Amino acid sequence: MSQVVLDKLKERFKDAILETHNSFGNETALVSRESLLDVMRFLKDECGFEMLMDLCGVDHLPEVPRFEVVYHLKSFSRGYRVRIKVRVPEEDPVVDSVISVWKGANWYERECWEFYGIKFRGHPDLRRLLLYPEFEGYPLRKDYPHKKRQPRIPLLKPETR
Amino acid sequence: MGLEAVFGESWITSKVEFFINWARKYSIFQYPFITACCGMEYMSVMCAHYDVARFGAEFTRFTPRQSDLLLVVGTVNHKLAPVLRKVYEQMTEPKWVISFGACASTGGFYDNYSVLQGIDKIIPVDIYIPGCPPRPEMVLDALLKIQDKIQKYSVLKQK
Repeated sequence: MSQVVLDKLKERFKDAILETHNSFGNETALVSRESLLDVMRFLKDECGFEMLMDLCGVDHLPEVPRFEVVYHLKSFSRGYRVRIKVRVPEEDPVVDSVISVWKGANWYERECWEFYGIKFRGHPDLRRLLLYPEFEGYPLRKDYPHKKRQPRIPLLKPETR
Repeated sequence: MGLEAVFGESWITSKVEFFINWARKYSIFQYPFITACCGMEYMSVMCAHYDVARFGAEFTRFTPRQSDLLLVVGTVNHKLAPVLRKVYEQMTEPKWVISFGACASTGGFYDNYSVLQGIDKIIPVDIYIPGCPPRPEMVLDALLKIQDKIQKYSVLKQK
């Protein structure tokens, strides 16, 4: 249904759109990291995507590049819905912040940074959103030890599990 | 016809401790520390169907300083742990703690980086209620057990 949008993107950005597919009606475009901000501006200003519905991180551990940031966009005026993905390498986990396009991205990006350690270039206030300030590491990364606990106060009985 | 008419001018001898504990166990002031979905079950216990007022425990206090039973209802995570400890420390002696539900007792199925694996890691617990969420009958049973425990409470033994 939103295939028109993908066609428009491919026509406008050509090589910057690395891959597009459509599974179960979810139109998806894999965008190169460098042109993300341009693509997002284009989608908002010229394709009518007024709303950033979701932004999340994914850790594909054995794969290279390791991380992925997924954006779900919705256009109320035209009824389109599209998904944009960006691959982020482990050694340089930085993507451009889309706050300048959608203000609502602020807390999503903070959450994504806190759980995956993906930095958002241009974010005005990149600090922890849900976890406590003393927390170390990025808990939703697949190499975070899943039995590791970081209590804030000394425990009565040592947590051995 | 009051009790006076039955007993006349006779005496009843007992221990002060017995009477204090008897009064305490039928007038529990509770502090509900509700963090998660077990709260719904707690509400149903408190309301007319199950009615903890029958056991004298219907009076919730929203400050720990005035309460003597702490009900920890729901998941407690590491971020919240210092708050729970502070709430417990603010309660005046004597005090009792009920751990309500699987999450408060053991962490439940949240065996992950953020959740405290049972509140007994930070505060002492008197009664654990299992279940996800527990049936109201189990809560009433725990309340009766707490009453038994209060009846056996002794200032001298605690020292």
